Amino acid sequence: MTRSILALEAMTVAYGKVEAVHGISLSVQPGSIVTVIGANGAGKTTLLNAVMGVLPAGGHVTFDGAAVDGYSVEERVALGLALVPERRELFSSMTVEDNLLLGGFRTTAVERSRSIAEVFARFPRLRERRGQLAGTLSGGERQMLAMGRALMGRPRLLMLDEPSLGLAPLIVRDIFEIIMSLKKTGVSILLVEQNARAALHAADHAYVMELGEVTAEGPAASLAADPRIVESYLGLGGPS
Amino acid sequence: MDSTIVLFLIQDGITNGAVYALLALALVLVFAVTRVILVPQGEFVTYGALTLAMLDVGKVPGTAGLLIVFAGLALLVEGWSSRNRMSAQLIGRLGLLYVVPPLVIVLLTLWLAPMKLGPLPQALLAIAIVAPMGPYLYRIAFQPLAEASILVLLIAAVAAHLSMTGLCLLFFGPEGLRAAPLSGASFTLGPLPVSGQNVAICIAAIGLMIALYLFFGRTILGKALRATAVNRLGARLVGIRTALSGQIAFLIAAAIGAFSGVLIAPVTTIYYDSGFLIGLKGFVAAIVGGLVSYPLAAAAAVFVGIVEAFASFWASAFKEIIVFLIIIPVLLVRSLTTTHVEEDE
Ligand SMILES: Nc1ncnc2c1ncn2[C@@H]1O[C@H](COP(=O)(O)OP(=O)(O)OP(=O)(O)O)[C@@H](O)[C@H]1O
Ligand SMILES: [Mg+2]
Repeated sequence: MTRSILALEAMTVAYGKVEAVHGISLSVQPGSIVTVIGANGAGKTTLLNAVMGVLPAGGHVTFDGAAVDGYSVEERVALGLALVPERRELFSSMTVEDNLLLGGFRTTAVERSRSIAEVFARFPRLRERRGQLAGTLSGGERQMLAMGRALMGRPRLLMLDEPSLGLAPLIVRDIFEIIMSLKKTGVSILLVEQNARAALHAADHAYVMELGEVTAEGPAASLAADPRIVESYLGLGGPS
Repeated sequence: MDSTIVLFLIQDGITNGAVYALLALALVLVFAVTRVILVPQGEFVTYGALTLAMLDVGKVPGTAGLLIVFAGLALLVEGWSSRNRMSAQLIGRLGLLYVVPPLVIVLLTLWLAPMKLGPLPQALLAIAIVAPMGPYLYRIAFQPLAEASILVLLIAAVAAHLSMTGLCLLFFGPEGLRAAPLSGASFTLGPLPVSGQNVAICIAAIGLMIALYLFFGRTILGKALRATAVNRLGARLVGIRTALSGQIAFLIAAAIGAFSGVLIAPVTTIYYDSGFLIGLKGFVAAIVGGLVSYPLAAAAAVFVGIVEAFASFWASAFKEIIVFLIIIPVLLVRSLTTTHVEEDE
């Protein structure tokens, strides 16, 4: 087995005295898609925020073999971590183009113009809307912009928090196609999703989270065939 | 009151208004990026003006010593906060940020001050002495409070204002100073005599505003500052250090303050505590702009300047009161028209 790009060891995260994530261990192999699925309130967003350094956490986070515990968000960005947060956190009163350029804040002007061309090639819609204010975009466009902004920093690990949240089925399909095509560029992806069917289809490996703990883990295909998972997460035949 | 007087007052008002506009822009910028209401903005004006006045007579200004005080305190705070991860690299960085710049500027001042290089180089030197105090002040008083509430930040700002006024008294003494004009020219525009200094103030203020507009609209660093103001978490997620944004905002604010001080030093006698009232008028304009809108704040500043000019003609004893009364109708209109107050996330 190759060295993981991301490894969590007994990670705990608490809001004040209330612990929301109880000792989770998880790893992401380079160039793979790993998904974390789970019900509302399971702690998925909390987990990603802690990996990004937005929330303080107990346990150990290793990124590409180096311990990054205690690193600030900015330092983690510099190492190649990127998070597309659940609430997107776009610069709403700035243009699409400025949002993207800022995504490459830590790179050079030359790299930025190359990256933005790549992002526009991947999301032609963003090119059409480059002069529009981010706050006026539709939900799907906002999600594309959030992903584009994260890609501008040329991350090695891209964490996506519910990329399909609030999107029409057709757009969800587009977004998942883009996620799978991103994998081909070599970026590793940690994907948190409510849409378990689509996530398990896209991922190589999967974790199931319940009440702050991992309750099942395995290759995505075998979890998708597990009767317990099918019943709890795939049963109602949600959008595929 | 004939039309010449009216025109004259308007000229005066616009000139003062241009300076208030600069200060209002600095206040809006600092508030947007750091949520600090920069009460000591006026002190940077005082520092800039007094520094220029001292350089004018070939003396080493007290701000040279003040700069060392600021840098030393900032170095202490920074050194203390990173005491657990000292490394050669970190010590080098501390030296580069907190020791080299003040040392170079102070040595330069000691060398250049007796030469009386003339208005323009002296003005630049005065700004160079005062501007670095902005980021040092941020490091000392505000960066440790970055996550605090607006009220706590305001209290820190008032404390900073009081101590900066006190330090000014200590380093410059209680006498008022006035600098030689940047431009001694004067000419007539129709019936109206126009002083070169007034024209210089307006041109310099407009020039600086254009420069700021280009900085925020065109450069990645300027955009990063705006991004920090719009969404702090978003800014951090793309790798913008909010502490750096804060220091840059304070650098710009201090530079604008010093710049304004240099502009008004030749037309007003400045005492160690004069900056506060000047800053407060910029603040009135910033409030009219809602602490968010730059164009509105700039327009309000010119209005404040004109009101002040007329007030000092008609009722000079009440001129400050009249100026500050402008706030009341604005607040009334605001509270009547605003249905929803946007909360800071
Ligand atoms: N800021 C906060 N303060 C206190 N508790 C919080 C906070 N944020 C989240 N929680 C709690 O932590 C738990 C995990 O929340 P989290 O947002 O991580 O869930 P999630 O798995 O992402 O859910 P969803 O699928 O609905 O997004 C929940 O019980 C939530 O109420
Ligand atoms: Mg969530």
